[in-house]
Amino acid sequence: MTLYHFLSLSALLFCIGIFGVLTRRNAIGILMAIELLFNAVNINFVAFARFINPQGLTGQIFTIFVITVAAAEAAVGLALIILIYRQHKGVEVDKINIMKW
Amino acid sequence: MNLENGIQTAIFYILSALIVGSAFMVVSLKNIFHSALFLVLCFFSIAGIYILLSAEFVAAVQVLIYVGAITVLLIFAIMLTAQLYSPSIRQSNEQVIPGLIIVGTLLIVTLSVLRRTSWRISTQGIEGQTIVSIGKFLLTTYILPFEVVSLVLIAALIGAIIIARKE
Repeated sequence: MTLYHFLSLSALLFCIGIFGVLTRRNAIGILMAIELLFNAVNINFVAFARFINPQGLTGQIFTIFVITVAAAEAAVGLALIILIYRQHKGVEVDKINIMKW
Repeated sequence: MNLENGIQTAIFYILSALIVGSAFMVVSLKNIFHSALFLVLCFFSIAGIYILLSAEFVAAVQVLIYVGAITVLLIFAIMLTAQLYSPSIRQSNEQVIPGLIIVGTLLIVTLSVLRRTSWRISTQGIEGQTIVSIGKFLLTTYILPFEVVSLVLIAALIGAIIIARKE
């Protein structure tokens, strides 16, 4: 169990998340893929805290901050999605183009 | 000691397979409600990885916030946007092939960079309970970011209420 194992797992998870962001049509699906990206970053932080700076625990504290900001992001994002759904009767991101010239 | 290492490695590979498999299901399933359920499995397995990295407080926070709060919020949103989770609606756009190419390139580059970097691995391990030192750090060294992030959270929650409320 070395640092490389954990970083590889995180890279794999990050790539899956990027794929989801690129290919989903549903805005909620994109939000779920973004949560996967946050989790990949968190695995990196915790692995660095364990293997590189075990006394300072900086990585774990940053992970807590990231989780807090992710909660805020999910709340605002889902509120926006519900608002868009009320006005457009759909949340497909390729149909929401009212801000495009 | 050797047996313990073997068990840890086995647990790591089982959890990794769960994480990668369920994450793939999250981005590829047609029914978005099933995607949300696989997301729960993915978050639980990541909490297991945190415990493997001796970060038990982060694992508990992961279960509480991600599995408890964020997934429930996501499922609520899926339920409120009702007919969208019917499997007849196309869920992915026409960028699947370019997306696969981009993601594959990114993965190859990242893994090769990771293999070539020489990390300064510390020989010490994490001793005792991390929750005590996390509490001390949060209220001494990181007191300013701690307060700022709580302000961010309260502002975002008030903003979410104001955005989503009916006129």
